Amino acid sequence: MVGDIEQIERISLKESTSHFNHLKELEAEAIYVIREVFSQFEKSGILFSGGKDSIVVTHLAKKAFWPAKIPFPLVHIDTGHNFPETIKFRDELVEQLGVDLIIGSVQQSINQGRVKEETGKDASRNWLQITTLLDTIEEHQFDALMGGARRDEEKARAKERFFSHRDDFGQWDPKNQRPELWNIFNGKKHKGEHFRVFPISNWTEMDVWQYILAENIAIPSLYLAHYRDVICRNNTWLPVSEHLHVGEEETIHNKKVRFRTLGDITITGGIESDADTLEKVIMEVAAARQTERGNRADDKRSETSMEDRKKEGYF
Amino acid sequence: MENSYLDMELLRFTTAGSVDDGKSTLIGRLLYDSKSIFEDQLEHVANSSKRRGLDHTDLALLTDGLKDEREQGITIDVAYRYFATPKRKFIIADTPGHIQYTRNMVTGASTANVALILIDARKGLVEQTFRHSYIASLLQIPHLVVCINKMDLVNYDEEIFRSIQLEYARFASKLNVKGISFIPISALHGDNVVNPSENMPWYEEKTLLSTLEQIDVSKTTSAAVRFPVQTVIRPKNDTYHDYRGYAGRVAGGQLAVGDSVVVLPSGETSTVKQIHLMDEELSVATTGMSVVVSLADDIDVSRGDMITGITGSPKLQQDIEATLCWFSRKGPQPRSRYTLMHSNNEVKAMVKNLNFKYDVNSLTREGVDTVSVNDIINVTLRTNKPLITDKYAENRTTGALILVDENTNETVAAGMIC
Repeated sequence: MVGDIEQIERISLKESTSHFNHLKELEAEAIYVIREVFSQFEKSGILFSGGKDSIVVTHLAKKAFWPAKIPFPLVHIDTGHNFPETIKFRDELVEQLGVDLIIGSVQQSINQGRVKEETGKDASRNWLQITTLLDTIEEHQFDALMGGARRDEEKARAKERFFSHRDDFGQWDPKNQRPELWNIFNGKKHKGEHFRVFPISNWTEMDVWQYILAENIAIPSLYLAHYRDVICRNNTWLPVSEHLHVGEEETIHNKKVRFRTLGDITITGGIESDADTLEKVIMEVAAARQTERGNRADDKRSETSMEDRKKEGYF
Repeated sequence: MENSYLDMELLRFTTAGSVDDGKSTLIGRLLYDSKSIFEDQLEHVANSSKRRGLDHTDLALLTDGLKDEREQGITIDVAYRYFATPKRKFIIADTPGHIQYTRNMVTGASTANVALILIDARKGLVEQTFRHSYIASLLQIPHLVVCINKMDLVNYDEEIFRSIQLEYARFASKLNVKGISFIPISALHGDNVVNPSENMPWYEEKTLLSTLEQIDVSKTTSAAVRFPVQTVIRPKNDTYHDYRGYAGRVAGGQLAVGDSVVVLPSGETSTVKQIHLMDEELSVATTGMSVVVSLADDIDVSRGDMITGITGSPKLQQDIEATLCWFSRKGPQPRSRYTLMHSNNEVKAMVKNLNFKYDVNSLTREGVDTVSVNDIINVTLRTNKPLITDKYAENRTTGALILVDENTNETVAAGMIC
């Protein structure tokens, strides 16, 4: 969003700098937070969706403990409505890092009658993830889970702490959060309670992209422009998949699109784009006039849908 | 400017003012005029404004994120906002002005390089102004930017601006800050926020944004080497069978390969063998960097220990004098025990003596009988094990601590070591 595109094009992206720039400072802060999680909690994990933010958190965890392995499992809350590319990417990354993968399955929660599937055209498994997530936390006795949520994403998330306390029911109490002073994180809790920790709280979408480029981090191809069958719904291009109910009045187009966020395939809209390299993506992000979650139907349900979901235990 | 995108400095600032000073409006204005607001965010805010029956788009709604805040038109918790110009990336901690939320102001101030103090031009200095300025000074925020807001409601009168400036400067002579700037603004109309004001030709200095872009934020930590150890890294794999590294974030000075160091509290000495940031081998790690350090000698080092230089040693002490911002409704009880967290270390602590209380309006010391929420007090703490400390005035990391209630797990106080 800063400056204009011409200015950005002139930037030599390979150039490394000796002094402490904003990316290095954000990286140092995130690594510090991840190490605090390891030191203060007994069983922690990284919530991994296959999206760029959780990929960056995983990369930072690798940096935090090198040359040792990442001391946390990756935890995927699987809606069953995935982009196939995301799952392939996840499995390859787990293999390469040599870490454990724990999958909490929304489909299983539905089968067990723990939750009820939404019906109708705009049905989504977004809310259902909360139950599966909390069940997974309980089953594996996690006392801390890290996530890639950022404060610049959404207004309720702007109020989050790095160490976010959750009660016995996994609920967030935004009006009664612990003050977070300097770099001292209070991870004390009673039995049954847990923490959600957000190491990249202070990063913006632009920071994430710049960092991916600077560190040469692999990401799913979905983030780069590609041709795909889509339909136009609620002003966004929804990918055609076996999980999407295409109405008779809706037409399937083949468009060059990319995704700014990756969520459940049924609710994540793409944007028309020619950005098929990271450099081009950065230029596009810089020029964007819509927030990255602008194409997420889950956020559009009401003015406070993120706050409501977070209070119930969402991340 | 060539590499501005990848190579910007980060400036963290906090905002303070009393209720209705227009703080959220100012931040909204700063974001809006610096073109940091996305169309869909603006559309949301415009719709919300309409639903509330307002005839203009209320920019304050950009920062008030929670349902209650939007309904009551107030800010109840710290909200973080981000924007960048080609010169800098900014992190704003927007903190509420109500007296009962002072702890949030302290939270926002603890990591800030700059504090914005808002004053309503019609009201001048009020109790909150003194309190916030004092907290900013107490937390050693080096720069204050005093925005005299709502100039539109006093006909952009220079006299009013000058008299508030004079009154504040007189009060601020008692504060411990490096620099203060004064800017007459109208957050509602945008005067002197990002764009120079046409209504106040008598003000010829920098706008708020250019002030923020130009304030010197170079680290002013002391040169004494401080490396609190967060965790020990022992990979125990074939390639790094005997590797033992100490992970942490440099809290003062810089560590270089070959430097002689003292590990506290044991007092054992060694030299820095390697410094790593993953597979990148560094010759020097400066303040703020998260790295892994390995030493030439095989000595016992664990979390909470500190690697220091051979000169400028910190203190090892169990009786600690500190200034506390008290956050809990329940004051410190005689002999009640707390967990004290400091530089990746945890010890048990008691409040041994309540020395005095600060009157935040006059900055004078007074006697202390009872302590209530939001009080700022000076105490002597007694810990069960020695802490490795610096004075907060010398190091904002190794001089800072928090107290945690052992029963509720709440953070009950923020402390600055004297």
